[in-house]
Amino acid sequence: MSETIKFTIDGKECQGTKGQLLVDAAADNGVYIPILCHMRDLIPAGSCRMCTVKVNGRNMAACTTPAEEGMAIENNTPEFLDIRKAIVEMLFVEGNHFCPACEKSGNCDLQALGYKYQMMVPRFPYAFERREIDATTPKIFLERNRCIFCKRCVRVIKDEEGRSIFAFKGRGTTLEINIDRKLAATMTDEMAQKAMDICPVGCILKKEIGFVTPIGQRKYDTMPIGSDIENNHQ
Amino acid sequence: MSKPIIATTSLAGCFGCHMAILDIDARILQLIDLVEFNKSPIDDIKTFTKECDIGIIEGGCCNSENIHVLKEFRKHCKILISLGECAIMGGLPALRNGIDVKECIEEAYLNGPTVGKNTERILPNDEELPMILDKVYPCHEIVKIDYYLPGCPPKADLIWAAVVALVTGDELNIPYELIKFD
Repeated sequence: MSETIKFTIDGKECQGTKGQLLVDAAADNGVYIPILCHMRDLIPAGSCRMCTVKVNGRNMAACTTPAEEGMAIENNTPEFLDIRKAIVEMLFVEGNHFCPACEKSGNCDLQALGYKYQMMVPRFPYAFERREIDATTPKIFLERNRCIFCKRCVRVIKDEEGRSIFAFKGRGTTLEINIDRKLAATMTDEMAQKAMDICPVGCILKKEIGFVTPIGQRKYDTMPIGSDIENNHQ
Repeated sequence: MSKPIIATTSLAGCFGCHMAILDIDARILQLIDLVEFNKSPIDDIKTFTKECDIGIIEGGCCNSENIHVLKEFRKHCKILISLGECAIMGGLPALRNGIDVKECIEEAYLNGPTVGKNTERILPNDEELPMILDKVYPCHEIVKIDYYLPGCPPKADLIWAAVVALVTGDELNIPYELIKFD
């Protein structure tokens, strides 16, 4: 049987199951810890570090750290608000994120975190790297300018035999997301939609549809990211 | 006490941000009571005739003239505001960043599918024309910018709230809905 444990986040008493990932345990207690690479029920990648919290005085990624009895977690402190804002800013300058022309604008997690942390301008210089777009598959546009290398698509979107349709190629500065053309040709509309939905930015786009939801009704137009978690457990 | 003086300009922008300023609608009458305008497309004053308190910049820098105007603004304004995505990050003109300038010019004047007859293969190169820069620069990479108002265009309510707060010295509380990057 799973063991119930107690811990605190910013002083708030919380309950969870031993071994449960901190980010999920926090969400169950109505505390939002921002994530870009993690998704619930997925093996964590711990790559974006958006969820960095302080556990008993030490910086940890909340998506890879299991909850333990008596943990004292710092989440919404000025220190972490600034670290997270810096991460968002870094991701914005590293890719080419032209929000006004992006189909995902208003539904984009990265943009929503920019709003949450009131990013007015990144503190880092823009890289303006040239990245190629792959529009060769029937259902998907791969807009690499916007990829933040979260690896969600690689981990989630698989064909019937369990083969990943998306994959990374290269290392370091040459790293890029790719799509397997043969496997992509077998993708259904539902799979393409799912791939677009799990992409936290506007890198994976479903073809033949765009800008469907009017401005004002999109996911993050009026509701800050994470407010669903915070409002569900008051 | 004399009224604070505002100057505005559009660099590599589309004038959408200036249209957004006009979206304050009837509040423009209050604005006239609050501030005086100097160099700006709104009153068509072409050169600075006074030192200004607030300079509002639309658009990034894509050519030598933009840089010149931006530096003039820095010289004559106490506070500079980057208004809109283009001023903040280059915006749509910056889509050419990462592409060689030569390639861009040749696409526009020689090789593009919409290029008409240019049998003599003439590229614009008159000394009257400003020189195009290697890439489009956000304003804060050229001069110091004091405040940023994002949006494409920024919401009129955001511009109004920011300008009034600056002029009156009141605290600025911006509701979530007003800060958007699109």
